[in-house]
Amino acid sequence: MPPVLEVRNLTKRFPGITATDAVNFTLEAGEIHAFLGENGAGKSTLMNMLYGLYRPDEGQILLNGQAVQINGANDAIKRGLGMVHQHFMLVPTLTVTENIILGNEVVNGLLIDIASAQQRIRTLAQTFGLDIPVDAVVHDLPVGVQQRVEIVKALYRGADILILDEPTAVLTPQEADDLFVVIKRLKAQGKSIIFISHKLREVLALADRISVLRRGKLVGDTTPDQADEAKLASMMVGRDVVLHIEKRPATPGEVVLDINHLQVADERGNIAVSDVSLQIHRGEIVGIAGVQGNGQTELVAAVTGLIQPLHGTIVVAGADITGQGTNRAIDAGMGHIPEDRQQHGLVLSYSIADNMVLSTYDIAPFATGLIINEAPIAAQATALVQRFDVRTGSIDALASTLSGGNQQKVVVARELARPLNLLVAAQPTRGLDVGSIEFIHKSIVAERDNGTGVLLVSAELDEILALADRILVMYRGQIIAEVPGAGADRNQIGLLMAGITSTGAQA
Amino acid sequence: MSTPPPTPPTSGWRTWGGILLVPVLAIFTALVIGAIIIVATGADVIAAYGGLFMGAIGSPRAIAYTLVEATPYIFGGLAVLIGFRAGLFNIGVEGQIAVGSMCAAVVGAFVSLPPGLHAVVAFIAGALGGALWGAIPGWLRARTGAHEVITTIMFNYIAIRSTDYLIKVPFLDKASSSQRTPFIAEGAQLPFLFGPDYRLHVGFLIAIVAAVATAWILKRTIIGFEIRTTGANPDAAHYAGMNVPRTIILTMALSGLMAGMAGASQVLGLEHNLKASFSAGYGFDSIAIALLAASNPLGVIPAAMFWGALRNGAGLMQLNSGISINLINIVQALVIAFVAADQIVRQIYRIRSARSAGITLSRGWGR
Repeated sequence: MPPVLEVRNLTKRFPGITATDAVNFTLEAGEIHAFLGENGAGKSTLMNMLYGLYRPDEGQILLNGQAVQINGANDAIKRGLGMVHQHFMLVPTLTVTENIILGNEVVNGLLIDIASAQQRIRTLAQTFGLDIPVDAVVHDLPVGVQQRVEIVKALYRGADILILDEPTAVLTPQEADDLFVVIKRLKAQGKSIIFISHKLREVLALADRISVLRRGKLVGDTTPDQADEAKLASMMVGRDVVLHIEKRPATPGEVVLDINHLQVADERGNIAVSDVSLQIHRGEIVGIAGVQGNGQTELVAAVTGLIQPLHGTIVVAGADITGQGTNRAIDAGMGHIPEDRQQHGLVLSYSIADNMVLSTYDIAPFATGLIINEAPIAAQATALVQRFDVRTGSIDALASTLSGGNQQKVVVARELARPLNLLVAAQPTRGLDVGSIEFIHKSIVAERDNGTGVLLVSAELDEILALADRILVMYRGQIIAEVPGAGADRNQIGLLMAGITSTGAQA
Repeated sequence: MSTPPPTPPTSGWRTWGGILLVPVLAIFTALVIGAIIIVATGADVIAAYGGLFMGAIGSPRAIAYTLVEATPYIFGGLAVLIGFRAGLFNIGVEGQIAVGSMCAAVVGAFVSLPPGLHAVVAFIAGALGGALWGAIPGWLRARTGAHEVITTIMFNYIAIRSTDYLIKVPFLDKASSSQRTPFIAEGAQLPFLFGPDYRLHVGFLIAIVAAVATAWILKRTIIGFEIRTTGANPDAAHYAGMNVPRTIILTMALSGLMAGMAGASQVLGLEHNLKASFSAGYGFDSIAIALLAASNPLGVIPAAMFWGALRNGAGLMQLNSGISINLINIVQALVIAFVAADQIVRQIYRIRSARSAGITLSRGWGR
């Protein structure tokens, strides 16, 4: 029997770059095939060709041994391909059933036959062990359940091949485990799965076969038995990678950040941080673990002066900066690697050099009085680009032309370029490749060793475990537990992230 | 996940070529369509455009008149452009010109100062009047979030109607039969460059200096850096410790300052008094100038000259061919339509799109 999906010499070129270069692979019925690769390695381009969003320049796609040309997403769906995007394509205000049948309604005269649709959905959900509330409105559902809705939607449309794009990025460790059970059940029922990820541990735990992409080329085809994390990482990056940051035990000094009874509202005015008190000392990294949306964003925004807290005080190196704005925070010696580098961290239409002085443009040597001095700015940029290994042709290149990893290095370089008392790093490596993650982690640890206190907020538990000297778990706007960083148990923290404290009760 | 393909760094001449290409082709296309309209009305294209050309730049005097026409457009274009660079859409240039002219006319006519100094003080009064009138909507935007598009339109009505009243009642020149303020003192006049016959006055030189100064301020001062950063990414500006509300107010004040200078220059250099309903839409045409200049301060100079040339040449065009001067309004409108919708021009002439070169003219409504 031919493989359900075969790709031969698939090549796609964009101006100045070959996104995929003669890629070959096969997907057997009932197989979980994982694709690993850094950002820009060609994973998305490859999947977009399979899903009919891009037309390949060369090569063939064969479904069940037949060469096919896939014209757009609808054609892909018709041919039995289903895709679960990283960002869900659900309408938040519609119910689960409405979302699933959207664009595919069973019609009875002029009316939509909801009852028979729901019957089909229930049958599907039962077959694959996907527990979903068919009548619930989507925006009331946790992220993990929304993802199950996406999977059922694909199955409802008759998908035999499921493409899952970074499916665990938004999940707690427990939700991820649930997802893996579902994926294995799908496999047992004969579905074929393409699983895209950059998390090595998951890929090793789940996949039958692993393909590694680097710069558009397939550089490895292996199985979990033959590979380990270090080997996969070096295949992705093309050199050996330090996965576990060497760091000495922390030597905490005096208190550098003192937060007392902080209460912060989110944009809509709901209380996002209800009552947080914490202290950070010089020379230690305190990690805030938690599923996204439990108040971390608002905590960071208040600490860094971006928004005004409702109650409480924030003291940095002895100076009360509560609600006094970003400029005051910077003056107190705070550096901030923001959660969203493109929204807050960079001006994409500015050069690298201008981005490097975004918060120091008005002080010597970069300005004399009102006048900006271009030479020191250029000199600073040249030095930082070298020290932080920003891969670019020129310091005059626009930030928008850099890859995500290099954009983040510009932000990190700028923030670490001035003497700091406190570094606030929010999701510092989100969406970055292994090489950049390694570099940024090392930079953060080096800054700690310089005597800076570090507040690290990350949705990636692995990142918290790798860097933090102390771990605080945040759940629904509160710090519900503190765990020492050394020898922390990821299972225990995972449960805490879901709000389950050691007594077994929901916090 | 997907990284965009890297774009090659742009070299100098390519950038300039890219900036000039669309406006030049937009003008060309608009003139071609204008020619079609002329033919359709049965008139002679050669006579019409020949008249337009000769009237605009056919003699030293025509050139001087064109530059006179261009002067308020340079100031006005700069006013709109400064707003654009901070992501603000100042539609209130018309009202700021009115306030600026009023201040200049009053100081010029009712204050007595030594000659020369009088002109300087009157000019500064006009500029500051415009700046204040621009700063108020800026303050409203920064403090309350009231969108500057709405407030500046409203402030136009207030300014235009109030100055109209001031001209017709308290400051009316009762010795004159027309509704205007008294003539300003001779010592308050901006001197003519080549005598009164050519009408070209010092205001034109001030406009050129203002354009160069604007370019320098935007590029080389920390205020310019703050304005540009606020325009390019206000979130990043706030994050980096910039005082975004202050920058918004300052930008609107600077913008109004340029508009005030437009009014002062007209009153002190050309008209020597202020007539009721004098501005004749300079403020609104200034939006067109800023668009045509692609928000480049030095680009405002040729854009304004082109605008002045069309207005100045229109009379001879009508005389030569019988085509109404209103055709010029159509040509001007087409130019702006093509510049604003540059994709059409790119489509016609098969130019590859350079989206990255685009600038944000104004952000969405509200915040």
